[in-house]
Amino acid sequence: MPELLLELFSEEIPARMQRKASEDLKKMITDGLVAAGIAYEAAKAYATPRRLTLHVVGVPPKGMDVAEEKKGPRVGAPDQAIQGFLKGAGLASLDQATVVADKKGDYYVAKISKPGRKTVEVLSELVPATIRSFPWPKSQRWGAGTLRWVRPLHSIICTFGTETEEPEIVPFEVDGIHAGNITRGHRFHAPEPFSVKRFDDYDQKLQNAKVVLDPERRRHIILEDAKTAAFASGLELIEDEGLLDEVSGLVEWPVTLMGSFEEAFLEVPAEVIRATIRANQKCFVLRSHHVDQKLAAKFLLVSNLEAKDGGKKIVAGNGRVIRARLSDARHFYHTDLADLPDYKDQGKPLDQRLAKLKALNVVFHEKLGTQGARIDRIVRLARELAPLVGADPDKAARAATLAKADLMTEVVGEFPEVQGLMGRRYALAQGEDTAVAAAIEDHYKPQGPSDRVPSEPTSIAVALADKLDVLTGFWAVDEKPTGSKDPFALRRAALGVIRILTDNGVRLKLLDVFATALTALPKAGEGTAADLLGFFADRLKVQLRDAGARFDLVDAVFGLGSQDDLVLVVKRVEALASFLATEDGKALLAGYTRAANILKAEEKKDGKTFDGEPSAALLAEPAEKALGEAVATARAAAAAAVAGEDFAAAMSALAGLRAPVDAFFEGILVNAPDAAVRENRLKLLTQIRAACHTVADFSRIG
Amino acid sequence: MIDPATPPHMRPDRSFQGLILTLQRFWADYGCVVLQPYDMEVGAGTFHPATTLRALGPKPWRAAYVQPSRRPKDGRYGENPNRLQHYYQFQVILKPSPADLQELYLKSLYAIGIDPKTHDIRFVEDDWESPTLGAWGLGWECWCDGMEVSQFTYFQQVAGFECSPVSGELTYGLERLAMYVQGVDNVYDLNFNGRDGAEKVTYGDVFLQAEKEYSRHNFEHADVDMLFKQFEMAAEAAQKYVAAGWEGPEEKRHLMAMPAYDQCIKASHVFNLLDARGVISVTERQNYILRVRELAKACGRAWLATAGGGAE
Repeated sequence: MPELLLELFSEEIPARMQRKASEDLKKMITDGLVAAGIAYEAAKAYATPRRLTLHVVGVPPKGMDVAEEKKGPRVGAPDQAIQGFLKGAGLASLDQATVVADKKGDYYVAKISKPGRKTVEVLSELVPATIRSFPWPKSQRWGAGTLRWVRPLHSIICTFGTETEEPEIVPFEVDGIHAGNITRGHRFHAPEPFSVKRFDDYDQKLQNAKVVLDPERRRHIILEDAKTAAFASGLELIEDEGLLDEVSGLVEWPVTLMGSFEEAFLEVPAEVIRATIRANQKCFVLRSHHVDQKLAAKFLLVSNLEAKDGGKKIVAGNGRVIRARLSDARHFYHTDLADLPDYKDQGKPLDQRLAKLKALNVVFHEKLGTQGARIDRIVRLARELAPLVGADPDKAARAATLAKADLMTEVVGEFPEVQGLMGRRYALAQGEDTAVAAAIEDHYKPQGPSDRVPSEPTSIAVALADKLDVLTGFWAVDEKPTGSKDPFALRRAALGVIRILTDNGVRLKLLDVFATALTALPKAGEGTAADLLGFFADRLKVQLRDAGARFDLVDAVFGLGSQDDLVLVVKRVEALASFLATEDGKALLAGYTRAANILKAEEKKDGKTFDGEPSAALLAEPAEKALGEAVATARAAAAAAVAGEDFAAAMSALAGLRAPVDAFFEGILVNAPDAAVRENRLKLLTQIRAACHTVADFSRIG
Repeated sequence: MIDPATPPHMRPDRSFQGLILTLQRFWADYGCVVLQPYDMEVGAGTFHPATTLRALGPKPWRAAYVQPSRRPKDGRYGENPNRLQHYYQFQVILKPSPADLQELYLKSLYAIGIDPKTHDIRFVEDDWESPTLGAWGLGWECWCDGMEVSQFTYFQQVAGFECSPVSGELTYGLERLAMYVQGVDNVYDLNFNGRDGAEKVTYGDVFLQAEKEYSRHNFEHADVDMLFKQFEMAAEAAQKYVAAGWEGPEEKRHLMAMPAYDQCIKASHVFNLLDARGVISVTERQNYILRVRELAKACGRAWLATAGGGAE
């Protein structure tokens, strides 16, 4: 079967765009082939800094013939309609049409057979159209032309053919660039043009010309070389997926080299060194194998060259730039540890930064006031929450006060990713309590599913205060997340609260906390707190679903109303899930549903509910007598167990209902002819429902 | 490689001025007009009318020149080895951008002694935008062994007008490049004239005092009241000259685009000084930038109605 080789050779494509561009190229070309009735076996796309390449195998030389039926006007329709039909279907006269009958009468049908087009012909239109409409995030013109591409496009390879023959060059031209079979190798190692045939030949020749076509292979080479180099120095590579992706997109021929800097720079926090070396120089850093995992005074750079001198000049040059960058970082760090001019009388260095933050009146959100006002709210809330989570209120308040001060430091200004972490460092440096310092770092946590959840009481208080302030705040001013829009990361904040509470078993009446928080905020509408609790319920579902648990049971628990202690909610859900996994559970749920359905119908019929104790005297049949006793026992036991927060015990109490409920429905007619007996039996069913509702709203179980 | 006939004191890797002369020779040889710096204070070589205005309109254009760049905020009282409030850019503008512009750039690096067989030269994504000039383009920062030594841009828009044909712009950071090829870590240690011993003049000999004096001026003493007035005067003059330059009410031909643009440059520099003095708030800042951009647009429109801008 023939195969297609397509290469679009250009000036350097931004690393971050390469992956999506190669996928887009694959999709646009293969979709276009399929739309033209040309099936293919497999397609794979590649990207380097200078080329996008597509290889499609098993492509037939011609598309499938397509038979199409076109319905025309009825027989005897006005001539105008007939002529229109003939023209549209490409028929010369009505002789070429078929007459078909249906209920309404006879009508014309044109049976058109479209022969499949030659693949080369399809490609000669499809590829230029793809190039012209390619979805680059940003594109440009160059020279005197009008074509847009991510950077100037220089040449195109487009060959089609089988293994045994010389492949055909698909004839087309885009803005003066004619498709051919010529490309170039590495910019410096092999700049001369050469011709290629099929993909195997192309890939091999590129390899010889110092170009590794496959980004996955480049990635693998870099990672392995970096690990080997680290190991050879008795060190360990600090892996960094994002950086690895980026550098794989900056080189065609990766050569990993190691350089070093002065040990003296290691006084700068490791995270800052890593951030500066990563962001500005796109280099990896290393650490010791030992338990201390101390950062090493070395870096790994990935060059695009097998240099004549073995890379000495490259290493020396990169080292100089890194030293200059580290000097800057060290300067920032020392500046941050020192007094702030103009704010020297505002306490310790971080307090001075806080004073500056407040003095600048930086707006947090137009409806929620300044950063300063937000900090004041967090301080107040942290103090309120502290006793509830076992923290010292003064420590929680102090940590909350300083939590955002590092935003005004030089280091965080330069590297926002080390916020919090630097706050902790600077707090320790100015002699703050270790719990306070830890809480400054931890109050941002957890940031994502893999992030650590704070566990120290002070950290818990401040982390909760920070997140609950932002949640109640945006709820109060009605700026909730909608669809994919969540600019203030409120979903993440709510999930953070859930994880802090459940991971630490922190018991908190969320509605009470919302009420406290809301008093410091712009007046919120009626039902704001309840709506926010609903948002938490939704987040909890997502979290349980991601953990592989039965998230549908969350509704059954929240359905009870006023369930705002998430630790208890989760316990109930878990107990309910294991109960419903048992035979007793399933059967009881079925019995409950039957009872509830009957009640629903009868309550509607009578226009009233059947509350109250069933009369023992009216219970005649043994099955209903047994059920009456069982319900009373189970209900009391379940209620007691729930009060003691032992939901497993509550479930086993309910399990005792299964047999009597089954027996009841087996032998008893609820709607007895005697009105009093009927009402009494309906009361019994109401009792079953109520017993089940001591643990969850069973009607919400899907 | 460096021309072996070059006397030692003229070598680009020994002498700051040798570096400039080598780049000038290289681009002169290519066919550029080699201009001298524009005689006004500007923040970057792009502001020179030989780039901003000449990038507009259909006429081909090739120029190269050194431009002192003033960045009042970047002053460090001569104490930082890498930052200056006055430094040199070497600017090349080629319209339309030739197909081999990257190769030309690499050859120019080769001419100043940077051999791509031993140095790691990379084109790293960097889109360029000048909000005050209403201009943007796509391109890269060019790295040599991890150091950014040049900016490489394909202009897409200038003064709010589409560039057609597209100009290719190369901006070499001369001090950085010189520090790299001379192997010094402090800009003030650069050898300026390539001589040794008593005859040697360093970059510090030439500019250290100026950096200290201008830092004092830019951050502490620049007369704020006067600068506010100057801004208004320049902005007003630019508008006045644009208005006065139109030949007839149909506004087909313009006779004074360049003098008007001078006032736009002036306003831009005065704004930079005010910004360095820290007297412009965040919201005001945006307003000033918008005002300069409107002036640049008016000047660009005027230029397109001149012979240089391709008007019939």
